[in-house]
Amino acid sequence: MGFLKKDNFERDAFIGLIVWIFLLIFYFVIPSPGIHDIIQKVFILGLFAMSLNILIGYLGLVAFGHATFFAAGAYTLGLFLQSSIVNNLGSLSIPAAIISAIFISTVLAAFIGAICIRLKDIYFSFLTLAFQMLIYSIILALVSITGGDQGLMGGFPKPPFLGIDLGKPFDFYAFTIFISIITIVLLRQLIESPFGYGLRMIRDNPDRPAALGFNNQRHKLIAFIIAGSIAGLAGSLQALLDVGAYPEWAFWAKSAEPLFMILLGGMHSFLGPLMGAFIFEILNDFVTANTRYYGLVLGLVILSFVLGLRRGLLDWLLIKFYRK
Amino acid sequence: MEIFALFDCIITPACLISQTAGGLKIGMLLFLVASGLTLVFGVLGVINFAHGALYMLGAYFSWQVMSITGHFGLAVISGAIGVGIFGLIFERLLINKVYNSDLLVQILLCYSVILILDDLVMIIWGDEFLSGIGVPEVFQVPPLFIFDAIIPPFHIAIIVISMIVALLLWIIMTKTKFGKLVRATAVNPRMLEALGINTNVIKAGVFMLGSFLAGLGGALAASLGSVVSGMGNSIIIESFIVTVIGGMGSISGAFLASIIIGMARSFGAVAMPLFTDGIMFLIMVLVLVMKPEGLMGKKK
Repeated sequence: MGFLKKDNFERDAFIGLIVWIFLLIFYFVIPSPGIHDIIQKVFILGLFAMSLNILIGYLGLVAFGHATFFAAGAYTLGLFLQSSIVNNLGSLSIPAAIISAIFISTVLAAFIGAICIRLKDIYFSFLTLAFQMLIYSIILALVSITGGDQGLMGGFPKPPFLGIDLGKPFDFYAFTIFISIITIVLLRQLIESPFGYGLRMIRDNPDRPAALGFNNQRHKLIAFIIAGSIAGLAGSLQALLDVGAYPEWAFWAKSAEPLFMILLGGMHSFLGPLMGAFIFEILNDFVTANTRYYGLVLGLVILSFVLGLRRGLLDWLLIKFYRK
Repeated sequence: MEIFALFDCIITPACLISQTAGGLKIGMLLFLVASGLTLVFGVLGVINFAHGALYMLGAYFSWQVMSITGHFGLAVISGAIGVGIFGLIFERLLINKVYNSDLLVQILLCYSVILILDDLVMIIWGDEFLSGIGVPEVFQVPPLFIFDAIIPPFHIAIIVISMIVALLLWIIMTKTKFGKLVRATAVNPRMLEALGINTNVIKAGVFMLGSFLAGLGGALAASLGSVVSGMGNSIIIESFIVTVIGGMGSISGAFLASIIIGMARSFGAVAMPLFTDGIMFLIMVLVLVMKPEGLMGKKK
């Protein structure tokens, strides 16, 4: 993994802090709400894509229902903040809501994951897709709770906590990026740990770790649960940003988005999916500003990556300039 | 959930017959599309995510021919053949490059084609709903009444046409030389090549046949409803369900699964109107968990 070679928590945390401070300064240097919006979305979508890449890049499992957990996080956060619990918790509401969102998506990922990891290859992909669409159908059916196809409407309060008021753009920007960077630093610890290398071994040759006494299935399940919980966190941040949750976030097309980001950025470098999220967001912003035919442009870009570059941009750059 | 509504329907001949006929119509249309998907997967090993986009093209092609000639039969046939030819080009230009690639690469390639085609039809035909090609004059007659159940004759025609196509497909796959070559390609393409048979031609032929079926399904769907960009995005998921339930690569399995899904949709609309789609996904989950190879698929 290029310039961050070894697993070194202090250094990663230090780099994370520097990046965070840099982005905070950037906020005041370039006072454009549009650009700030893009940056916070890149981090939210980046978390979503990086969490999926635990399964795709490191484990070789093509999960096609990852938006399930994104939506679970988003709806949990929204329903939590709309409920009367907020009156009792007061300033603790937002942290409690985010923790519940992560908790619910973790539980859901444990349940769905335990069933899905028993299958391989395309069957695994289809089962994750089936569960996702089942959850989507449930969201649409439970109109009285989820608002059905309208989504979670009516907004929710965002009580300030620890002096952070997420109603203010700067606070939101700083908070979202801070949470994302912490998660990314922790995720890197996981990926560079013996557990993370175990995942790569299962991907490359599942028989070998099994012969060494590894419990492959347990490794896969833990990876699936962690991926789901991070996707839930990303979903809860997205819900905070949009002050709502929408059923499209649980639709299969939403699960294709992180796949695009992984493809665009690269699945074999740790920060590849984050770079993919950046390309995806920039493309989205630029193309929709200029033409109605966003799908046409995105489709052609994906096609050229699939058939032309054959790998993500960061993977390509690292191979070209860093690895010999 | 309105279980009593379902019970009431089953004991009432009118409701039972009309829901059964409706389920058959949905199921048989679905079979046309899903059989192409499962055929392509069984022989080429590619999950053609863009199959729904081909279905959409079939609807647009037939709409175009209908608006020029005004002839229903010609519109449907040219929709199907047009998509078959389009499929052949698609296979030669793109799909054959990913036969041996990872699942992820195949999915992304097909998905990019969906995005491109959805926008291209909007550029060519506009983004408004086009009001389908309608029902041919022969069938513009009062509906049949069977035990008080109202059944439009055209729905019966669609069921019969689809059944004939299913029969033809079965004959092609089991009784003809082409069918034998196709099945052999699915099992051992190397051996065929050693015997001097160009498997690329067979693969292209299978993809063309699969696309033809998607186009036929789309053209017939255009006679029942409107035509719009993105109309393939729900049929593709339903086709996946059928493919998985029937057993991936099994055409007879797809036939059985299409009827199951058609009935689940038709009676599900009575019992759980808000959760009709959910029933299909529940069946899909149950089949994958209990019998991943599908009802009629071969165990690996």
